[in-house]
Amino acid sequence: MQEIKLEGSPKTPSVHFDPETGVLELKGRSIPENALDFFHPLNEWLEEYKNNPKKETVVELRLEYFNTSSSKCILDFLRKLEKINGNNTDVKVNWYYEKDDEDMLEAGEDYKAIVDLSFSFVEVDEI
Amino acid sequence: MNADNNLYQLYQSIELENVILSYKGEFTSELLTALIHILEAKMEELGTDFRVRKRVFNVIIECFQNLYHHIDFYDFRNEKLEVRKPALIIVKYKDGDFIVNTGNYVMTKDVPKLEKRLSFINTLNKNELRELYLEQLNKGKISSQGNAGLGLIEIARKTKEKLIYNFVKKDSKISFFSLKVVVGN
Repeated sequence: MQEIKLEGSPKTPSVHFDPETGVLELKGRSIPENALDFFHPLNEWLEEYKNNPKKETVVELRLEYFNTSSSKCILDFLRKLEKINGNNTDVKVNWYYEKDDEDMLEAGEDYKAIVDLSFSFVEVDEI
Repeated sequence: MNADNNLYQLYQSIELENVILSYKGEFTSELLTALIHILEAKMEELGTDFRVRKRVFNVIIECFQNLYHHIDFYDFRNEKLEVRKPALIIVKYKDGDFIVNTGNYVMTKDVPKLEKRLSFINTLNKNELRELYLEQLNKGKISSQGNAGLGLIEIARKTKEKLIYNFVKKDSKISFFSLKVVVGN
């Protein structure tokens, strides 16, 4: 299975989904007008990955800021991971936020309240 | 000479009103990136706290995308209308607060629904807004345009004050909608 490696753009985060390590990373800002277009291939990738996942799947969400269109797509992405969790893989989500960025921490807590996945909140100096 | 005087008056009023960014015209996808870029530089100059910076971006992004989606919708439905509707965005900076103003045309028949939505959102406190956001995030459907129905709630969550809005009816078809959002510490 192929990895996904995308450079970030002014409106979309960088992506690195590695089937060899089970690490799925999104980093940067996600503000496209229609986030569905951007997230669709990522969800497709998950569909394939779930057939032969690593023992542990680590989702690294290092988001600087995101729009509400992305917010819905991130939830759908996490929901897909929720379904995969426990089927030959343990899914862990690391939610990064910059020091004192309560808004981003709160956004992560919102997701934690909705989806049944293990979340860790990681404070960093800079995303 | 008159033309020069008018420009000078415009310049002075922009200065007096502490306008740091203004744009009137058609909203395109690339424009948002350019506006954010300009604002980033201005905020760097002003030494704006990064949390305020992010909130301002969040508000601008959502306002902008409301306008962007609206224009798409409008064109689609009204191909035959002779006027294309541009929008206006003005950002002011005063006493550490950023004031984001947007103005655009909406269809008069859509005004009551929008007005109802805005006044409902204004009755909610921060916790209630968070609950509404979560409910909509969890249960709401995303449109094929990528619209999640969360924009106004998100804007309200980031503002210091209530949403300030106004509608001016131009005729039975179109009205002008203005929205003012204050973001600060």
